[in-house]
Parts: sequence; C-alpha cells; structure tokens
Amino acid sequence: MSIDLSQFIPSFLEESLEGLELMETSLLNLQQGDDDSINAIFRAAHSIKGGAGTFGFNEVTEFTHLVETLLDEMRDGRREIAQPDIELLLVSVDCLRILIEAIRDEEACNNSNILATAKRLELALDNSNSESRCKLSNETSDQQNNALSTWLITFIPEPHLVQTGNDPLLLFNALSELGEVSLEAHSKDIPSLLELDAEALYLSWSLAIKTSANEDDIKEVFEWVEDECQLTITKKPIDIQDEKSLVAPLHDEMTELTLAKQKPSTAVSVTQEKKSQKAKNDSGSIRVGVDKVDSLINLVGELVITQSMLSELGNDFEMSKLARLTTGLEQLLQNTKELQESVMRIRMLPISFVFNRFPRLVHDLSKKTGKEITLVIDGEQTELDKTVMEQIGDPLVHLVRNAVDHGIESKAVRLANGKAEKGTITLAAYHQGGNIVIEINDDGGGINRQAVFEKALEKGIVDANTTLSESQVFDLIFEPGFSTAKELSDISGRGVGMDVVKKNIQSLGGRIQIESEPGKGSQFKVYLPLTLAILDGQLVKVGSEVYIIPLVTIVESLQVKEQLVNRVSGDMVLYRLREDNVPIIPIYNLFNIPAENKEISNALLVVVEADGQKVGLMVDDLLAQQQVVVKSLNENYQQVDGISGATILGDGSVAMILDIPGMIQMALKKSQRAQQVKLANKPQLAGVSS
Amino acid sequence: MDIQALAAEIPMEGEYNLEGIDFISSGKQFLAFILAQEQYAVDILCVEEIRSWENPTKIPNAPSYVKGVINMRGIIVPIIDLRLKFGIGDANYSETTVVIVLTVENEDKSRTIGFVVDAVSDVLNSEDDEVKNAPDFGGCVPQKYIDGLINVGDNVVTLLNVQALQAIEAH
Amino acid sequence: MSKILVVDDSNSIRDMVSFTLKSAGYDTIEARDGQQGLSKAKSNSFDLVISDVNMPIMDGITLCSELRKLPSFKFTPVLMLTTESSVDMKMRGKAAGATGWLVKPFNPEKLLATIKRVIR
Repeated sequence: MSIDLSQFIPSFLEESLEGLELMETSLLNLQQGDDDSINAIFRAAHSIKGGAGTFGFNEVTEFTHLVETLLDEMRDGRREIAQPDIELLLVSVDCLRILIEAIRDEEACNNSNILATAKRLELALDNSNSESRCKLSNETSDQQNNALSTWLITFIPEPHLVQTGNDPLLLFNALSELGEVSLEAHSKDIPSLLELDAEALYLSWSLAIKTSANEDDIKEVFEWVEDECQLTITKKPIDIQDEKSLVAPLHDEMTELTLAKQKPSTAVSVTQEKKSQKAKNDSGSIRVGVDKVDSLINLVGELVITQSMLSELGNDFEMSKLARLTTGLEQLLQNTKELQESVMRIRMLPISFVFNRFPRLVHDLSKKTGKEITLVIDGEQTELDKTVMEQIGDPLVHLVRNAVDHGIESKAVRLANGKAEKGTITLAAYHQGGNIVIEINDDGGGINRQAVFEKALEKGIVDANTTLSESQVFDLIFEPGFSTAKELSDISGRGVGMDVVKKNIQSLGGRIQIESEPGKGSQFKVYLPLTLAILDGQLVKVGSEVYIIPLVTIVESLQVKEQLVNRVSGDMVLYRLREDNVPIIPIYNLFNIPAENKEISNALLVVVEADGQKVGLMVDDLLAQQQVVVKSLNENYQQVDGISGATILGDGSVAMILDIPGMIQMALKKSQRAQQVKLANKPQLAGVSS
Repeated sequence: MDIQALAAEIPMEGEYNLEGIDFISSGKQFLAFILAQEQYAVDILCVEEIRSWENPTKIPNAPSYVKGVINMRGIIVPIIDLRLKFGIGDANYSETTVVIVLTVENEDKSRTIGFVVDAVSDVLNSEDDEVKNAPDFGGCVPQKYIDGLINVGDNVVTLLNVQALQAIEAH
Repeated sequence: MSKILVVDDSNSIRDMVSFTLKSAGYDTIEARDGQQGLSKAKSNSFDLVISDVNMPIMDGITLCSELRKLPSFKFTPVLMLTTESSVDMKMRGKAAGATGWLVKPFNPEKLLATIKRVIR
C-alpha cells in the first residue's frame, strides 16, 4: 500500500499562503510584550515548515526553519522584538510567498533575493545557526546489512510505566516488525496481593530478536520509555541453534507473544506530481460559508413547495381558482427573486481580500518615500462579486500609490502648512444603491486644477478655448498620454497609467469620480456594480428596436417642453433641466437607425447620468422596467461602442443594453468631428479682402 | 432542416446504415449550400444548427453584412450575411433563406456565428484526396476563405474555411 | 475498530494524518486545537491521541495533562506531533504525561509503524 499524499498539496499551499498573510499582518502590528501575536506568528511558520518537510519542499523547509528559529528566540524572550528584525521577517515572508507561489504555479524559482534574505537571517541568528542547521538534516539512512543477527534485550520497566500510556506488549509488537522475537517474562518482583498496586507494572522481560536491523533501530522502539526503564541491548554472535536454549519459551499467562513475521515495509510515495493550480488569481474555486449554502437550500425548498402548489392548481384548473393561481405566481416570483439573490451572494466575498494587501503596501511606500502615512481601512466586510474583486485589485493599488506619491506631501511641506506631520490615507468601502463604492481619500495637498489643465494643454488633450467644469478638469488625469515617462516614478510607474485604471474600472461596468480641495486633500470614488450578471433596466423603444437603460443611471424621464430647448454653438442641443443644461442625444442618430420621432420638440427624454455628466436620451417610447440577465457580446462577436451587453427578453428576442458613459463619449466624438469638418470647410476670412 | 434526413437521401458506397445514422469509413462530410446560384460547403462537424431566417436584433453601427444577433437557446449569436460580405447575389430574405450556425473551437475559446445563405443543398462525403486546390483566379470570395474545390458530378463546390469565416468581422 | 483522535491546527497536516490512519484501517476523529480536542475526548473513547504541540487556545502539552486528569484517559497513549525533538520538549511532554512523540516532517510509513508501539 503506498499512500499518495499529493492530493493534500494544494490545500497545504493555500493554507501556507494564508499563514503568510497572517504573519505579515501580525508583524506589521507587533509591539513589545505582545506574546500572543509572536506565538501566532511562530505557529504559522512552524506549520509551514512541517508541511513543507512532509512534501519534500526542501527550499521552503530550510528557509522557514531559519525564520522559525528567529521567531523562537523572540518568543522565548531570548531576543528582543526589534524593528530591524521585524523588517527582516517581513522580507522573509515575501520570499516565502514567492517560493510557495512558484510551487503552486509549477514554475522554477531563481530568486537571488531569497538567497540574500536567507543569508541575512543566518547572520541575525549568529552562531545558533549551525546547531539549528544540523537539526534539520534528514534522518540518517539505516545501514541495513542483510545478515541476520541475534540481539539479546533485557527490559526492566519502572512500575509506573503504564501510566505514560505505554504498554510493553505493544512495544514488543512493534519490535516484532523488525524480526522474529522470542521472550521470557520475569515475575519475581510481583508483590503480594495486599501490597499490589493495580496500576503498576512489576514485570520485566528478556527478549531475543533475530533481525537484520541494527542496534539503533532496536533502541528506537524503546525510545519513548528509555527514561522509565533499564534497557540493555547486546548482540549475540550468530548461532541460530543457541537461540532456543537461551530463552526458554515460558508460558506466562500474561505474555504469549507469537512469532510475528516481518511485514514488507510499506512504500511511501509522496509523489512529487504537483497538481497545483495555475494562474495567480485562482478563479477556479470559491469558498462559501455554510450559512450561505443553508440559505440556498431553504430557498430551493420553498421553491419546490410553490412549484407543487402551482402544479396541483394546474391539474384541473377552473376560473374559480384564478385568484389562487395569481397568488401562487406571485409567490413564485418571490421565491425566484430570493433564490437569485442568494445565488449571487455566493459569488460575493468581503473586500478585505483585496484590502489586506494595503497595510503592507503603505508601510513599504512610507519608508520608501520618507513620508509618514497612516492607513485607515473602513468597511472591509463589504461584499462584492469575486470576479470584480479579482480585477479591481490592480487599479486600487495604483490609486493608493498615487495617493502616497502625489497626494500626501512631504513632512516638511505638511508642517509648513500647519498640518499634522503624519498623512492619512483612508480606504473605505460601502454599498450604495446597486453599487459598491470604494473610496481612496487622502489629506494631502489636493489636485491643482490649473496645473492639470496646463499639463493637458501641453499634451494637446485640450485646446485653450475649452471650458471645463471642475470635475471635467480632474477627469483629464484619466486621459491616455496625460502622465509622462519622467513622471512615472518607481512607485506609481510601471506603465500603468490612470487611463488604464479608468479603463479597468469601466470594463467592470463601473466608473470613477474625483473630488479634491487644494491644500485639504483628494477623494477618489470608484463605483462598481454589485453584480456583473444582473441589471435593473428600463426598456425603451427607438424605432423598431428595444433598448435597455440601466436603472441606476436614470435621473428622470420627461416629455420635452419646447421652450426649454436651446441650441448652442451650432450642433449641440441643450435642454434646461432646472439648473443644468443637459445635452440631448438622439439615439437614432448615434446608432444610425430609423426612428419614429426625430423631432426634439415633443420628444420623450430619459435623463441619465454617468461620470458626473448628465445627458438626455431621446427615445420613442418608455416600456417596462425589469431585471435582466446581462449577456456579453464579446463571446461570439466583439465589443460594440455604446453597448455594454445584451439580454434576452421574455418573448425570446434579444435587446441591447446601453452603455451610458460609452454613448456620451460617442456623442462627444461625433460632435467634435462635426466641428472639425465645419472648421475645415469654413472659408478663410482673415486676410481676404472683399 | 434535418441533416440526417438530407444525408439519408444520398446513396453512398461504403456506408453502413445503423438506425438511420450514417457512418462513413473515411474522409470528411460537408454541408453544401447555395449562395447566388453557386455551391459552397463547410465541414459538417462545425455545423451547430440550421435555422430558418428570422429578423435579428440590430447591432448599432455594425457593418452592413452583420445583420444583428439572435437568441439561440440562451446564447447570443451574431448573424452575418455572406451574400453581403462577399458581395454576391441579392440579399433577399425568403422562405428558403436559411442561417447556418457554425461553432468553431480555438484553444480555450469557442465561437458561434450564424451565416445567412440562400438555401441548404446536400451533405457531401468526400475523401481527402478529392479536395482539389482552388486556383486563385480572383473570384468574389477572397482566397483566405477557400479551402479547396470538390467535384460533385458536373458541379464544383467551393469548400470554405470555417476558421477564416469565424474571424470574419474582427477587423 | 481502533479509534484515534487527531488534533492539529493546520488543516493540511490534520487531513494528512487522518487520511494516513484511515488508509490503514483506523477510525479517526479530528480537532483543530487543544480545547476542541479535550471536548471530543470527553464525549468519546479513544485508543490513541495524536496531537500537535503548537496550537492556539490550548496547546498540545496542556491538552495532554488535561487528558490525564480524565479517568478514561489515564492509560490512553498520547503522542505529540512536533518538529522539535529537543530534550526540553521531551521533558515537558513527559511531565504532562505524554506517551511519546512523533517528529515532523510527517512520514506516513513511519507514522503507521511507530504507532504500533502503542496501539493494536
């Protein structure tokens, strides 16, 4: 029987990574005298070492051993908890993470940093190093000579031996695995019945074993009891005939040990087949709390009840049962809704999974920039869809880096401005409407509107005549080409610009908004849909086409009042909605489709908002509001401008879901192009004499 | 349209009829169809379904040959009119107009697209060596879509490359 | 059917020990820390207890001495699973009443052979 433990490798790797996370968090918050934390950190390292040893991940074992030894000194009080050590341990955690991820991703790991860190650990441990190193070496291989020898053993246990849970009979049992055993028990020390302690052992034994094993192997059988007995093991010159005369097989009522055959040793195969899962972000599985599963089970149960009730009603239906049928259908609607919500919630995980990398990040960035920064995290239990979470990590990292790099000012500047020396960055998450909102706030210097505008001017992103609202100026930061290479510092750099951040967020169906006050700080708000797959939509009709407008974008719907329509600079048509001037977008124009009504004067307008910008969509008719399942067009076709997806309506037909920010962009580009054409066609007035 | 029914009508040698399922001993099977009175064919293994023409939902600002998308058992399938794409014949939509839905698997991705044709013709069996090379004579259909020619009786059937067709609108 | 209590805060170690024992025909019950182990012990009888030393809430050494206080566990073999094999560890274990120890890294073959010293 060979025991294959490779099935446990993935869970061990996952567990180890979690352990490393725990170590990191605890190390970041470690204070003097915090015994609990130090012990927890030690335990985590200890578990990783143990498991790694089992699977033969030697690099990990050796490295972790160093870490563990250092931690051991700290928890014993032999070593004070000093900052340099904590930093070293943090770097060590990084190294271990790399090693373990390499195993998981089945990649080779040639990281010189790891070797360097190992050296640093050894240095820190000084001369205790060599000792601990020795302990690590694998068990010495047994020297098996195939020749059988006879060994004579005398075993005189202390009376209280059995109270340790050891049983001589079972020890002999184990011994018999090594070879043929014959023995004799000696009962001379058994006292009279009156003096007898029922829980004490008064016997001793002489044994003989014929085995090819060596003395150490025999000794090992008794290793647990060696302090509680007198044990002698001597080798008898090979003389098989003598054996019988040496030990008379006495039949003591307590001990009759039959000669056991040596069993073939079980082969062990911890197969090095690493069935680890690829991809850094493992999208293949998800952990679900039992409570969510139970809730699901309950809801399905209710659904079944409703179904059978409806089925019964349907059996011989008469109009008199109509009311009950309606109730039943309403119940079905309710059940389905609840079931849907419940299932969606399975994919939801707390955002802490993403947030937990930030304390370390800010800690490292603080040190790198020499700025002192406190990170406040709020709402980490807020849940969001697993896929969204996997993809929002990188953009958030960039935004936080940005806050450290460009947001928070240097200590000197802060003090000069009467601010606290320590800057604060707040990371918050909460639910609002159908969205999850993630805020990255800093109490830094704020965004300089003028500087941004000038930079955009310089890059040719805007021209001098463009007037922009405050939020529009801030949005310029997201234009591709806004940041230059010389600005992309090591911290905020790596070719990830703000435009990529915005694109990533938009591809998740979300948006990002900036608010800032000079001298006070900036606020970056990321809005993401709670679920990618389901949308509350307003169905509208344009011509013969049905479109769906996401309900969260709708501000209001209205019938145009002629007098509130204004035409500005030629092509733009604006509608006065209270204080705002809202541009009107005729969908039929944007999408090049026939429409019933092309007259703005009595059109139906659905005012929507995206990226802080309001527009009025011209439609022919307002239809129902309903929840739709979003299907991607990318699967079999490709991304379409202005369309975020499609859905299948109740009648089986396909309807397009409008991408409001995309449409606004399209309209903008269209009018800009129209302007350019106009300008190109304008006769040159200057310098032309009449 | 039932492929099996079509196939059953064609007498072929070396076939074994097993409960209406036709086995061929070797070679490939193709679905032949008509575009502007000419015969074309595609590998039958890629044919997911043959549907009669129905008005698809339009895709805004799509090229004229992309008619829109339809709902095929919950899947959103784009519909491409080959007559418009290749610029051959008239794009009429009558009772015989059909949509051949092809599914192609690429590495980890599979794509399903429906192609509008005038009518479905036959199921063809053909050995590999019967597929001849198509001379590049500058016909309506660009060379990259053509895998070869098959002679069926007096007619010539143009074999289309499904992979190329599937990439048809990714410009 | 011999019943073994496996106590370890590491899921993977616990799973592996349990799996190995079950493959050899033993029955196992698991606990993730000393406290849970103790409560399982109070409501079950075991032929052997295998416990990790370093665990939260209640460590293995404490678990052992607590077990020894229970009448039904006076003579039950208790083995400590640990990466340490120092003299100090052995003494602490003995003082708590441990029967013996098993050194990690965990070797399934060794485990099965070794526990034969204390279980049938």
